[in-house]
Amino acid sequence: MKSLVFASLGLAALLAGMPAATAKTLVYCSEGSPENFTPAINTTGTSFDAARPVYNRLTEFKRGTTEVVPGLAESWDVADGGKTITFHLRKGVKFHTVKDFTPTRNFDADDVLFSINRQWKEDSPYNKVSGGKYDYFNDMDMPSLLDSVTKTDDYTVVVKLKEPNVAILANFAMDFMAIGSAEYADFLLKKGTPEQFDQAPVGTGPFSFVAYQKDSVIRYKANKDYFGEKALVDDLVFAITPDATARYAKLKAGECHVNGYPRPADIAEMEKDASLKVIHAPGLNIAYWAFNNTKPPFDKKEVRQALSMAIDRDAIIKDVYLGAGVKAKTLIPPTMWSQDDKIADTPYDPEKAKAMLAAAGVKTPLDIDLWYQPVQRPYNPNGKRIGEMMQADLAKIGVNAKLVTFEWGEYRKRLQNAEDDTGQMGWTGDNGDPDNFFFLLGCPDGKPAGNNIPKWCNAEFNDLLAKARTIPDQAERAKLYARMQEIEHDDEPELLIAHSIVFEASRANVVGYKQSPLGTHAFEGVDVK
Amino acid sequence: MLVYFLRRLALTVPTFIALMFVTFVAIRLVPGDPVEVRVGEHGISPERLVYFRHQLGLDLPVWQQFLDYCWRLVHGDFGVSLSTQTKVLTEFFTLFPATIELSLCAMLFAIAIGVPAGAVAAVKRGSVFDQGLMTISLFGYSMPIFWWGLLLIMFVSVQLEWLPVSGRIDLINYYFDQPTGFMLIDTLLSGESGAFLDAVRHLILPAIVLGTVPLGVIARMTRSSMLEVLSEDYVRTARAKGLSPFRVIGVHALRNALLPVVTVIGLSVSSLLAGAVLTETIFSWPGVGHWLIESISRRDYPALQGGVMLVSTVVIGVNLVVDLIYGAINPRIRHGR
Repeated sequence: MKSLVFASLGLAALLAGMPAATAKTLVYCSEGSPENFTPAINTTGTSFDAARPVYNRLTEFKRGTTEVVPGLAESWDVADGGKTITFHLRKGVKFHTVKDFTPTRNFDADDVLFSINRQWKEDSPYNKVSGGKYDYFNDMDMPSLLDSVTKTDDYTVVVKLKEPNVAILANFAMDFMAIGSAEYADFLLKKGTPEQFDQAPVGTGPFSFVAYQKDSVIRYKANKDYFGEKALVDDLVFAITPDATARYAKLKAGECHVNGYPRPADIAEMEKDASLKVIHAPGLNIAYWAFNNTKPPFDKKEVRQALSMAIDRDAIIKDVYLGAGVKAKTLIPPTMWSQDDKIADTPYDPEKAKAMLAAAGVKTPLDIDLWYQPVQRPYNPNGKRIGEMMQADLAKIGVNAKLVTFEWGEYRKRLQNAEDDTGQMGWTGDNGDPDNFFFLLGCPDGKPAGNNIPKWCNAEFNDLLAKARTIPDQAERAKLYARMQEIEHDDEPELLIAHSIVFEASRANVVGYKQSPLGTHAFEGVDVK
Repeated sequence: MLVYFLRRLALTVPTFIALMFVTFVAIRLVPGDPVEVRVGEHGISPERLVYFRHQLGLDLPVWQQFLDYCWRLVHGDFGVSLSTQTKVLTEFFTLFPATIELSLCAMLFAIAIGVPAGAVAAVKRGSVFDQGLMTISLFGYSMPIFWWGLLLIMFVSVQLEWLPVSGRIDLINYYFDQPTGFMLIDTLLSGESGAFLDAVRHLILPAIVLGTVPLGVIARMTRSSMLEVLSEDYVRTARAKGLSPFRVIGVHALRNALLPVVTVIGLSVSSLLAGAVLTETIFSWPGVGHWLIESISRRDYPALQGGVMLVSTVVIGVNLVVDLIYGAINPRIRHGR
């Protein structure tokens, strides 16, 4: 007992030793360490979040939305039916000053060319630095889209495309298109430490990089010269906290202000806590069950519709997503422009499904393979459990589904090569543009190794997809996408299961924080009251 | 003594070779390689897959990769982390001080409580204290570290608000250079008022959690060793000479009873480092444990292989030192009898 008293007194003494804070600091409990601070060579959201405070891009996503707004380019013109984009760059933008480097010039076209060429051109002196894997640049098909990127003067960059694609404006707002300082790159190259470019970043963003300790902390300070929405705190700290329970405990204890990744199981308790705020929105993702449209009987529309009707998606969302999901009506998540809410939902009707199968000439019992995802994905919390529930639903209409899976890489590869009968897959949007979802059903991606998993090819849908890429006006594009959603719904190449709901939590005294549909975390304009 | 040392040293060579082989093979048995594990729904073109596998040498036969790895290792080249592109040695030595600091404090906690408690339990054999201690130590020994850590965080940090939840220092109030990587030392060097005490406050819970299993082992070992020693003739003689109970127990009995405890402490280093993997994850402690776990999930072969080799070197080194100390204080072992 005595020792407990002494321990308590000792602890009280320790508590009393704490100094008072002077600068205003915002602490974000992040979930892991970044690979480095150059988004072009990274693939994880953790790494993108860590670099985002430092960098800008030519175009930006308006905070909390997928709307593309001016960034380092204050305006742009689209010409040649969507084949030429001329970016007019912002003047007077300063790069950050860091410990070893003080910039001597402002941002200009050379920085844009350097940042794109590093990823694109093998003769760029930085192309091979830090491993030289530019996954996103390749994933977004930039090498096959770009024809040339040139400057006509210090503040004008002209991008010529091989084929019209206005959706590329959203690509320029993605993290991998962050604009770094060419002057800093030259400085480090001469110094013989080019890899430092990726470890101690210099950008133009709302916060400048101060320090990073692996698995512990990343520190930033507000950029007082920032041209955009200013930081409202003096310092930004990423407290790296990999364990979700510890993140929750830190948030409760006031050791951090924002927790980007709370566990769904903790949400109910968080919502009861007056000192915390919980925000949520459907994620920019889709989970679906693809029918292999090249194999009978799945090549028949009626069979696909019947199988879709047999699945009780409400039960899946309740039991597997634990309520953290919304039933999908179209490929497009409800938070994204162009989603057509008028599309009718596919009903759950086993009796009708049975009748439709019989009408389509399918004899039951029918044996099919049902491939389920072997790993948890942002849009699919438990592929096996969803598979088991589907299996049970299908058994009710006389379909014997055999559950099949492989190691994730192998699974994806085999699905892309159409070796399945039916299989679960999904998608997380990259850039908030509908094209980034609709291309999943385009005919070009229906080839082996393409991302059109159902291998469905509809001529009208495909023509509209190509036409939408040539129209700069969003409202006009939306009309085409509405028609594409009708075609997709009518032909049912896949059963759209759900969009997962993404939760974030903060202390109640955090104001101005906006959840991004893209799953990113940004802290300019955020204050602690 | 020199012959004994050389014999022990020679025995570590096959251990290292076996370790190199097991680590090398085990990580390759896990599905997915470093290139594929980065790929999401987009997939990767066969050309890029071949290119990057070639770049990493993954297209070579495994035996050749192993020989290359051994060759580089004997030249002191642990490679470069595939995910961060930083030298494995640099990453290791950045993170290792945090693990050492935590492990040392956990061991200090375990020894400071385990040895006296075990000794008292032996002296008061069969008493309520003895039975209570043995039950508690069994409990501590079998405690799942993850559960224990979270329980303490919820109770001590969240409910009572006595200690911080995780990390090594209050990130809002303190920011200073950390030249040694040992937070207790760096806080003193920083000259920032209150920083040292804050670092101590951050150390308490993780050290208790990590020290709980060794505490159970040390307490039980001390008790059984003490019971054996207390029945020895020389203890009876010491008592008959009229020495005070404190001298009999503290000087004559405990000193001799500690011999096997020293061995147990040496062996506990490996379990401490294993426990550190979980403790570091729960308490966001930036040590090598969490780094190794991340390396597995990222299939970061160089980081994982190098990390395991370096941690193993420490464990083997500590056990060698313990053997030598034991040999020095017990001639029967030194002479192989």
